[in-house]
Amino acid sequence: MILTLAIRNLFHDRIRLIVTLVGILFSIVLVAVQLGLYLGARKMIIDMIENANGEIWITAYGAKSFEEGGILLTPRERHAALATPGVKAAVPLIVSFAEWRKPGGGSTNTVVVGSDAEDNGLRAWNIVEGSQKDIEAPDGVAVDRSYLSDLGITGIGDIAQIERGRVRVRAITEGIRSFTMAPYIFTTLNRARELLGVPGENASYYLVQVEPGTDIERLRQDLASRLPNTEVLTKAEFRDRSLDQWLFSTGAGVALIGGAILGLLVGTVIVAQTLYSSTKDHLNEFATLRALGSSSGYIHKVILAQAGMSAVIGYVLGMAIALTVVVLSTHTALPIIMTPGLAVALFLLTLFMCAVSAISAIMKVTKIDPAMVFSR
Amino acid sequence: MNNPVVLEAVDIVKELGEGAGRVRALKGVSLSLRTGELTLLMGPSGSGKTTLLSILGCILTPTSGTVRIKDETTNGLTPEQLADLRRRHIGFVFQSYNLFPTLTALENVRLALDVRGMSHAETIERAEAALKAVGLSHKLRSYPRNMSGGEQQRVAVARALAGAPTVILADEPTAALDSENGHAVMALLAQIARDRNHAVLAVTHDPRTHAYADRIIRIEDGRIVGEERRPEAGKNVKKYDLTRRRKANA
Repeated sequence: MILTLAIRNLFHDRIRLIVTLVGILFSIVLVAVQLGLYLGARKMIIDMIENANGEIWITAYGAKSFEEGGILLTPRERHAALATPGVKAAVPLIVSFAEWRKPGGGSTNTVVVGSDAEDNGLRAWNIVEGSQKDIEAPDGVAVDRSYLSDLGITGIGDIAQIERGRVRVRAITEGIRSFTMAPYIFTTLNRARELLGVPGENASYYLVQVEPGTDIERLRQDLASRLPNTEVLTKAEFRDRSLDQWLFSTGAGVALIGGAILGLLVGTVIVAQTLYSSTKDHLNEFATLRALGSSSGYIHKVILAQAGMSAVIGYVLGMAIALTVVVLSTHTALPIIMTPGLAVALFLLTLFMCAVSAISAIMKVTKIDPAMVFSR
Repeated sequence: MNNPVVLEAVDIVKELGEGAGRVRALKGVSLSLRTGELTLLMGPSGSGKTTLLSILGCILTPTSGTVRIKDETTNGLTPEQLADLRRRHIGFVFQSYNLFPTLTALENVRLALDVRGMSHAETIERAEAALKAVGLSHKLRSYPRNMSGGEQQRVAVARALAGAPTVILADEPTAALDSENGHAVMALLAQIARDRNHAVLAVTHDPRTHAYADRIIRIEDGRIVGEERRPEAGKNVKKYDLTRRRKANA
């Protein structure tokens, strides 16, 4: 009967139900979009590190993120790393911002990523046109399809200039986006050195691949003691540092999480207001229930059931809209990501929001005087 | 009368309000209710009838004095414990019926059983039986808005009856009804008291109800001022034929 009464109370006033659902729906869409954007941004920031085949990163001291490696490392550091027990390989990577001059005029900022495929360190992935072999051609580069118009090109075969050298687009990737809005340009290690004017065999990073069974943390400490002028970071540490730089130092992540919290607050206030007014309208009925001998817990369950049902209906409608927004954002510069984990978290958040919203209504009925049934 | 006393109030005092506005609504009221009896509590407005009903129904607690239902006293009980006592022993019939407008007749009665923790099947079975007992088996799926005042009050009686309470307390049960329905509801309450061995107390102003009472208690200014036993009660009134009314309405 608790559910029956809750459903009838909920659907008795359709206008109020619609207001409640709109409140929940608005809240869910806002929170889903904000958290989806956060996940999308997070993915873009850590994609390169996650796709790199190495457990430890050797960086210049104070490297802020994958894109901002700081001063270049020398071959001496690489040799010292290779001499450390447990190190299988120390793959040199070149990563640097560079100016891309569009074939039709104008320029844009890009991030050149130079790595040799045979090192198996950091290769372009999701290649949908051309191949890794094509990138290894003397002037070959790979760019992501989503940035073609930003780069002023139309596809394979187009020619542009990066800093001092000419490049030809020989491969196209899909889904490799950059949080900095500077598209990644994949090329070989030496071609990147030439384009960027990197002297000798210097590199931005050494990506350390380890022997099987090696204790990663111990190896990281060994390398740090052998390479005093560098920083030696595990994959997780470098990932966290990049996230910290782009999401929190810039305030972007704070804005996204702040927006999500705001959405929750707005939703909570709207649901609380409508639940409270619904409870107030049904106060005589709750007083009758109390006079009939119901426990306060029984009445609280009716209100919580109303809140729970509002949450479920609002969630379903809100998620339908949120998923539509997710699909529409797929090919934008900042795609919104919806994961099963986020969907579950949003459902739990919605339930929590509605339960919190029920507090004011529950407080109202807690003070109910069953004697009011005689004064009607 | 040899029927056992199931509810006893001894020297009940109730003060209402605060400070200078504090008034003594009941000034040492004692009474007892026995099974098989329909008792009327009569008195003018402001005499303390409803306050006494609230105390006997464990909705209010007395300032002093004792209320005992079967072997349990209400003294010192918390609101939750009082609610538990109401669940187990009291059935209410209200002046304005107090039915849930969004629930059908059957659901209204089931709700009173559900708060007692009965199973789904048991609530249906007992609610149907109670509605049948008040002649409303044909209105199980009707909403209060689609029922007459008399029918709504009979649903309220069924709701009070379904939980098999020790005592049924009715607050002005005929006040909102026309003469015919008023008689029907009083006959029903008298029948419930005698045939089902409940103690029934009805607060009323309505002189039409006298014929159904086994006992009439008069209250004025917070004190019981008279009590009249009526051993011949019900002899001169027709037994309430629920099926006849239904056929007549049809």
